Amino acid sequence: MLLLLLLLLLLIKSSLGFKTFGFGFFFSSAWDPLHDVFGALPFIYGTIMSSLIALLIALPLGLSCSIYLAEISHSKFKEHIATMIDLLAAIPSVVYGLWGIFVLAPALGGPSLLTGGVILSIMLLPTITAISREVIQAVPHNLRESALALGATKWETFKLAVFGPALSGIVGAVILGLGRALGETMAVTMVIGNRPAISPSLFAPAYTLASVIANEFAEATSEVNLSVLVELGLILLVITVIVNGIARILVWKTTGHKK
Amino acid sequence: MLKKLSVLLLGLSLFASIACANMLNGAGATFPYPIYVKWNKMFADKTGIKVNYQGIGSGGGVQQFSAGVTDFGGSDAPMTDKEIAKAGGNVLHVPTVMGAVVVIYNLPGNPKVKLDGETLADIFQGKIKNWQQVDRSLPDLEIKVCHRSDGSGTTSIFTGYLAKVSLDWASNVGAGKAVAWPTGIGGKGNSGVAGSVKNIKGAIGYVELSYAMTNDLPMASLKNKAGVYVKASLDSTSAAASGALDSKAMKKLVEAGDFRLDLNNAPGKDSYPIVGMTWLLVHKTQNNSAKGQDLVAYLKWALTDGQKYAADLLYAPLPKNIAAKVLEQVDTIKI
Repeated sequence: MLLLLLLLLLLIKSSLGFKTFGFGFFFSSAWDPLHDVFGALPFIYGTIMSSLIALLIALPLGLSCSIYLAEISHSKFKEHIATMIDLLAAIPSVVYGLWGIFVLAPALGGPSLLTGGVILSIMLLPTITAISREVIQAVPHNLRESALALGATKWETFKLAVFGPALSGIVGAVILGLGRALGETMAVTMVIGNRPAISPSLFAPAYTLASVIANEFAEATSEVNLSVLVELGLILLVITVIVNGIARILVWKTTGHKK
Repeated sequence: MLKKLSVLLLGLSLFASIACANMLNGAGATFPYPIYVKWNKMFADKTGIKVNYQGIGSGGGVQQFSAGVTDFGGSDAPMTDKEIAKAGGNVLHVPTVMGAVVVIYNLPGNPKVKLDGETLADIFQGKIKNWQQVDRSLPDLEIKVCHRSDGSGTTSIFTGYLAKVSLDWASNVGAGKAVAWPTGIGGKGNSGVAGSVKNIKGAIGYVELSYAMTNDLPMASLKNKAGVYVKASLDSTSAAASGALDSKAMKKLVEAGDFRLDLNNAPGKDSYPIVGMTWLLVHKTQNNSAKGQDLVAYLKWALTDGQKYAADLLYAPLPKNIAAKVLEQVDTIKI
């Protein structure tokens, strides 16, 4: 219900932008607040690409981290590591951004799409790790014991008996992480370079939907400009809904096959 | 129990609204926020009148003022005639302090850099790509442009200057709080631009003078209208205001009580070329006479005693002759 009301509000507030630019808005790369010419493509591209880069880095790291914590490490050591990873999730995003400006960006050759993606991946890591760990731990012990009793090695046990049942939960963890990446504003704004252009290079500056709203909303005075920014918010919402939908289907399909 | 609680809450909210009635509320530009906070405290200590100012940005300041949410607004970019009409007309721009925008850079060995307006415009358009094209003695490095990504009065002053000195810039890009930058990396706030410039060799960017001074950033000398290369300082900023007032067009505006003065590229050999003022926006006719009286008292104090605190906070105070003219206009506010 709340979501519907929100959607309705966004639709009303963005109607002027939609009337002015129509569907061309989604495919145009122009962005000139001074002359009221707007297009959303570079922002859509930047949002999806930076989140994908983040996922590409964070998924293997986070997943292997959670497997290690849940299946291999000793209990005492495990607790410390797990707490530290959980603490990563508690750091405010502006602090990540500051670290990004002063440490990460210089190391990666300045603000760029890649820098934004790497910052995001660090922010996703605790989400993916913590949830995956819980899910893997939740797999019933008798499954592991049966596999071991059949002579499976530790790796085979995990692969055959644990990974399957845990998969839908892991996908859920990825989706939660991706949701954070798509909507993250502050840290990304500080390191991505904020340039509304699509470049084939990962080292070129880019721009995301959330960043441009944060950057321009306070000083946007023309009605078209404001309405277009709301429209970008609407696009972000739709992208998140689509991603969630895909995840639902994935989870449903994987669990469906197992039964 | 619940009844008691609701009575208490009602009482509290009533109290809060009464307290608010005695308070002047304003919001707008972030650039003058530090000095307004200082003024509000000094003024409250002296007169007991409470003034509250929120630094939400010039655009938001104009909007809230136009919608009647606040008693006065704050902006680094003057309201256009259209915006004034939307706010019900009759808006007085009261200049409070001035600031300069400086060009900062990152070059190995920290050589001195001198620039004229057209070169600067060509650099920010990506037409001049190497520092050697600026000056043979500078290192052979690619120029990396850094600019503000958030809409800001600083950008408005800077692009206003570029549009004034370069026809190319005026027709291709234009001047405003946010423009379509032909090249470069966007950073959020002064700190974002300064951070990028610090990190990237060969970078060039622009920030407020006060920010560059507190952080000790290398600033380029700029060629002014008189052909002299000038370093930015509070003195050269004030000189620009005095210089601008010498022109006929400015005098005419001031006589008409319109203080939306463009101080960019002002005449005078000591004038720094990229200078702007920040304004408080007030209605010339006040509906609430108690509030109106407080507001007028506040403005008068800010334009006289308040000016003493400007230099400490790295703002250039208004030249005395302008302050006197503004005071005349403040006196005409109908309470």
